[in-house]
Amino acid sequence: MSEPKKTPAPAAGGRAATKKELPEHFKAYKHVWVFVEQERGQVHPVSWELMGAGRRLADKLGVELAAVVVGAEGETIRNAVAESFCYGADLAYVCADPALTDYRNEAYTAAMTNLVNTYKPEILLLGATTLGRDLAGAVATTLLTGLTADSTELDVDTDGSLAATRPTFGGSLLCTIYTLNYRPQMATVRPRVMPMPDRVEKPMGKVIELPLGITEADIVTKVLNFIPDRESSKSNLAYADVVVAGGMGLGSPENFQLVRQLAQAMGAEYGCSRPLVQKGWVTSDRQIGQTGKTIRPRLYIAAGISGAIQHRVGVEGADLIVAINTDKNAPIFDFAHVGIVTDAIRFLPALTEAFRKRLSAHSRDKLAS
Amino acid sequence: MHIVVCIKQVPDSAQIRVHPVTNTIMRQGVPTIINPYDLFALEEAMRLRDKFGGEVTVLTMGPPSAEDSLRKALTFGADRAVLLTDRFFAGSDTLATSFALATAIKKIGETWGKPELVFTGKQTIDGDTAQVGPGIAKRLGLMQVTYVAKVAEYDGAEGTVTLERRAEGGTQVLKSKLPCLVAMLEGTNEIRRGTMADALRGARAEIIKWSAKDAGVEDLTKCGLKGSPTIVKRVFAPSPRAEKAKFIEVAEGASLPDALIEEIFTRQPALEADLTELARGF
Repeated sequence: MSEPKKTPAPAAGGRAATKKELPEHFKAYKHVWVFVEQERGQVHPVSWELMGAGRRLADKLGVELAAVVVGAEGETIRNAVAESFCYGADLAYVCADPALTDYRNEAYTAAMTNLVNTYKPEILLLGATTLGRDLAGAVATTLLTGLTADSTELDVDTDGSLAATRPTFGGSLLCTIYTLNYRPQMATVRPRVMPMPDRVEKPMGKVIELPLGITEADIVTKVLNFIPDRESSKSNLAYADVVVAGGMGLGSPENFQLVRQLAQAMGAEYGCSRPLVQKGWVTSDRQIGQTGKTIRPRLYIAAGISGAIQHRVGVEGADLIVAINTDKNAPIFDFAHVGIVTDAIRFLPALTEAFRKRLSAHSRDKLAS
Repeated sequence: MHIVVCIKQVPDSAQIRVHPVTNTIMRQGVPTIINPYDLFALEEAMRLRDKFGGEVTVLTMGPPSAEDSLRKALTFGADRAVLLTDRFFAGSDTLATSFALATAIKKIGETWGKPELVFTGKQTIDGDTAQVGPGIAKRLGLMQVTYVAKVAEYDGAEGTVTLERRAEGGTQVLKSKLPCLVAMLEGTNEIRRGTMADALRGARAEIIKWSAKDAGVEDLTKCGLKGSPTIVKRVFAPSPRAEKAKFIEVAEGASLPDALIEEIFTRQPALEADLTELARGF
C-alpha cells in the first residue's frame, strides 16, 4: 500500500475557501469534456445526454466541447467519435488500446488521468452508470479534485464555476456544490436526467489521440468472463413512453399487482418508489428516483406515492404527471399536473378496467373501418 | 487473513423531515442506523473470515455517537471496532473522508496486520455518492472493484480474488490481485443475527477511538473542510411548480376513471392513438 505520488500544490487560501481564488497552475485548464461511455459495441445513451448538457455549459463559458472516447481500436470507437460530432462535440480526444477492450478501473483511470493531465479540461462530465461512477471516483481521487455525484442540474456561475445541483440528505433537500479552486471540476449525471439532444449529421472534426502509456502486463485485473443479462430480466423503464408506479400508499406487497395490471392494460412499464425496494416488495431495477431510474415518459401515473424530492427528481422530465393519493397535501401534488385525491387501492382496478374498455373500443372501430 | 470493513452511521432517511418554514433538516429524534448497504459488506467479510480464518475489523469515521453502530457491528460478529473521531474531520467531503479512512486503514494494518481486503457498501443512503470506496482504493494503491455481487473465489496463497461485478447489461467476472477494495452490491447476502456470545462481547468490548493524530494523520490540511475541494454553497428545498396539480373531481354517479382518461388524452392527444395501437397487440 503506497500513497499516491502526485500531489499538486495546495490552492491559495486553502481548500475551504468559499471564494474563487484559482491557483496559477490551474488557470491553463479550459474547455468542457464529456466522457463517451462505450462497451461491447454500444455507446451508452447517457453520453449523448451529457453532450447536450456539456454543449450548454461550453457555450455559456465560450469554450470548446470535447468528447473523450476510450476503448479498443476498432469500428466501435470510430463510430463513437463520429457520432460525438453529430451530438455537438467540437473535437474528440481518443485513447485507443487493446488493454481498454473491457472496462477495468486501472486501465481506464490511467487513460483518463493521462488525458486530463496532458490536455487540461476545466469541466469533466461522466454518466452515473456502474462504469462511470467506478471510474469517476478513482479519477477524482487520483487528480485530487472535487466530484459531484448524480447531479440533477448543471450550470455555470457568474465567476465561471460549475454549479452542480443534487439531492442531499437522502433526497429531502437539494444542494448546489462547487469545486472552486481545483481542476477539473467533475460531475456525474444519471441516465435520462438530461434531455437527449437532437442528432444533427455533421462531418468528423478534429481528433486528438493519446497513447495509453501502460501495457496489458502492467494491468493486474483480468476479465475472465462477461455474462449478459437475460432478455426477460431487462426492463425498459428509463426509456418507456408510459410508466405506472406505486408507493407505500398501496399498503401491502400484494397490492402492487394493481400497478402491474394497469401497466399491462396500457402497454406501459411499471416501477415503484424507494421504500418499496427497501422493504423488499419490488426489485431494485424497478426503483424510480434519484437513486433508482430517472424516467422521461410522455405519461407518468404515480399511485400512492407521496413525492419525496428523491422521487421527484427522477420523474420531473415526464411530459404529463398524474398523481393518485389520499392526502391532498402530499408533496407529489406540487409537481404533478393532474391529481386525484382518492385511495389508489380502490381506484386502480377501476382505472385499469376503464383504460381496457377505451383502448379496445378504439381498436374495434379501427378494425371495422 | 485480515479484512477491514468501512461502515457509516447514517440517519434513517425514511424518517427525516424537513422543517416547513426554515427548510432545514430536523435532526432531533431521527434514529441512526448502520448504512444498510454496509451490512452486505460486513456479512461478506465475515463469511470469508469464517471460511479462511482471520479477523474482521470494522472502521467508521464520525461523531462519538457513531460508537453505537460499531457496537452493533461487533454484536453481528466483527472482531474489532475502530472509531475515527476528531473535530478536524468535521465537514469532510468524499475526498477528505477517503483520505482520513485510508490513513486509518494504513494504521490498522501497521497495528494488527495488513488487510488483504477492504470492504465497503455500494454507497451510503444519506450521501449516495459511491465515491469514498474508490477514493480509499486509490489512496492506498489497492485494486478497486465496485458493484460486486459475489466473491466467487479467494486464493490467499496466490494472492488473488475472483469477483462477479454488476456491469451495464450484464455481469463481469474479474480476477484481481490482493490487496483489493471491494464495494458490495445490495441483496447479495443477509446479515446474520450474531450469536449470544457475540452479543455479550459486543456490549462489553472496547471501541478503539482514534483522533486524527492517533490514526497517523500528519497533514491536517487534508482533513475536514480544509481538505475538501468541494464546497456546498446552497442547501434548499425545491420550489413548487407555479401551478399546482389540477384536481379531477366528478359529480355523484359519474365515472372518475373515465374523467381522468379524458383529461389525459386531452393533454396528450397523440398518446391515445399510440396506446390503442399497442393495445391491439394484446
